[in-house]
Amino acid sequence: MNSTLAATHHHGPASGIGRWLFTTNHKDIGTLYLWFSFVMFLTGGCMALLIRAELFQPGLQLIQPDFFNQMTTMHGLIMVFGAVMPAFVGLANWMVPMMVGAPDMALPRMNNWSFWILPFAFSMMLFTLFMEGGAPNFGWTFYAPLSTTYAPPSVTFFIFAVHMMGISSIMGAINIIATILNLRAPGMTMMKLPLFVWTWLITAFLLIAVMPVLAGVVTMMLMDIHFGTSFFNAAGGGDPVLFQHVFWFFGHPEVYIMILPAFGIVSEIIPTFARKRLFGYASMVYATASIAVLSFVVWAHHMFTVGLPLAGELFFMFATMLIAVPTGVKVFNWIATMFRGSMTFETPMLFALAFVVLFTIGGFSGLMLAIAPVDFQYHDTYFVVAHFHYVLVPGAVFAIMAGAYYWLPKWCGNYYNETMGKVHFWCSFIGVNITFFPMHFIGLAGMPRRIPDYALQFADFNAVATVGAFIFGFSQLIFLYNVISCIRKGKQASAEVWEGSHGLEWTLPSPAPYHSFSEPPQVK
Amino acid sequence: MNSPNKHKRTVTTLLLGCVLMFGFGFALVPLYDVFCRVTGLNGKVELVPVHPDKLGQVDKTRQVKLQLVAVNNETMPWRFKPEKSIVELSPGEMYQTAYIARNLTSGFMIAQAVPSVSPSEAAPFLNKINCFCFERQPLLAMEEKTMPLVLSVDPELPEHIHTITLSYTLFDITPENEQVAALGGGSLR
Repeated sequence: MNSTLAATHHHGPASGIGRWLFTTNHKDIGTLYLWFSFVMFLTGGCMALLIRAELFQPGLQLIQPDFFNQMTTMHGLIMVFGAVMPAFVGLANWMVPMMVGAPDMALPRMNNWSFWILPFAFSMMLFTLFMEGGAPNFGWTFYAPLSTTYAPPSVTFFIFAVHMMGISSIMGAINIIATILNLRAPGMTMMKLPLFVWTWLITAFLLIAVMPVLAGVVTMMLMDIHFGTSFFNAAGGGDPVLFQHVFWFFGHPEVYIMILPAFGIVSEIIPTFARKRLFGYASMVYATASIAVLSFVVWAHHMFTVGLPLAGELFFMFATMLIAVPTGVKVFNWIATMFRGSMTFETPMLFALAFVVLFTIGGFSGLMLAIAPVDFQYHDTYFVVAHFHYVLVPGAVFAIMAGAYYWLPKWCGNYYNETMGKVHFWCSFIGVNITFFPMHFIGLAGMPRRIPDYALQFADFNAVATVGAFIFGFSQLIFLYNVISCIRKGKQASAEVWEGSHGLEWTLPSPAPYHSFSEPPQVK
Repeated sequence: MNSPNKHKRTVTTLLLGCVLMFGFGFALVPLYDVFCRVTGLNGKVELVPVHPDKLGQVDKTRQVKLQLVAVNNETMPWRFKPEKSIVELSPGEMYQTAYIARNLTSGFMIAQAVPSVSPSEAAPFLNKINCFCFERQPLLAMEEKTMPLVLSVDPELPEHIHTITLSYTLFDITPENEQVAALGGGSLR
């Protein structure tokens, strides 16, 4: 009798390191994901700073070209697979069960596994830096034959690391879909789901569809390197362009995997601080779904210069431009939500607003790149670098930070330091623009990407970009300090946290109890 | 509502989706090939000879510039070049030229030339009556060979095409034909 009582009353987390190793609690796993992604963000950020330091002046000052290539490759891989994707999964782990009124994720043990694969995958990938021949140096897109015939021996470790990341993402996606489809509280119909949940549901389906294709393409590389097949080797009847087709069939939906959850976060934050309901909820859902569907038929816009036939160029050009329509609907809805709202500008709102503006700039440069004839000039220049950093850094990363500030009081029960948050925002905002805006100009002037040295005419803008990168990089330490001090102490947060907040997660006390919604709430 | 059973169904369906998509990644390999062949995109050329009787009427009213290109794949050590790199011919006219190959190594080697046509739109209109690319090309150490090429441009070639580039890439296929190579090419010669 006593033991059963003790068991039923044992609600808190286990103590010690075991809590984190063996946990099946969605909040613990969400926390692990978020910290992991922050560590990876700093790691990939250090690599970015090394790249920018080398590019501060023309000529070779700090690092050798081969190591420079290793840095660009690792920076890309770590930021995509190690920082942005796990951060979104972490946010989903924390918020999806609380938003749909579920007690936990649908498959808690698998949840533990999908997180704990990641540190091993990334240790393996980072250790290639210390191997003979160096780390992968073929760019994050690992085009064959650079990644097969001419690859360093460590490429095999890279392949297995990618396999492990893929397995982790697929398990995470399955878990999220099962939670959303099967564990919604009574009355929580699909069209009542918060937009963050909707965007994540669609993202999870994208992951299920394309991560296996990525696994397939690295498996083909593995077979070409070790088992004598010729998927990508023309001498054996294969085709290197095939690699690009299969890779981008994964790669294009992948870029939406990295932005759709960001749309969801921003769609949660803007209504809260505009104190209005989200404008055009249904159109937001349909726009997200159509972006996801379109993402499967635009992949060859990354390959306009490989010698596609004219019909192919035209098809992929128009299909790509079509994506601007649902994206435009979303931007319109965010602005319409703010229209005549009584807005306040707390840190999450500042990041969300910066997201809307800067992501749109990235979207416009994307439209420019979509035009096949001009892409022949822009291809593989810094203009492309400027474009995808605008959609990924002030796009995805700003949205993650907005989400972190927005939900932090719910997670720890304390408010973060608002002044410090604002300082962090302005340093990041200014730093990001100083870094990436000049890249548009040097790209249009013809500076190629992935080179450690460049013509003298590009020197000034490169120096400016490097200064911006260091401002942006070091201002993230403000964020780290702010989060740690918020966990330790701070102004006590109420259940609603924000005046205009709306949704199931804000009905729980702050900090959210270790086990929430053990009894499903009624949604009217 | 029995949620563990529901989860089982969801997870099974999704895992099945993953397996299918993994297979689809590999299926893309033949699919692209079929797609290129059916649509004639990508400048893929059929490796079958065209009979001289099948050539159309000679169209003397226009001239097409034919650029002949030779490329060595990766580490292929032979010297490989066209006899003449730019020729002018009328559609329908039968034209004979050659590529010259020389094995610069001290060993027996076998090569295979693979053609590619640019613009790809012109690929179906380039008729090869005889081509060294139809066969494997064995050469002894330091041996030189003039390899014949007889072709014709179809008179149906669209009016807006004035220049066609025909490129041959030479591949070393000795490792794939080790047994023949070990015999010094006796069976091939």
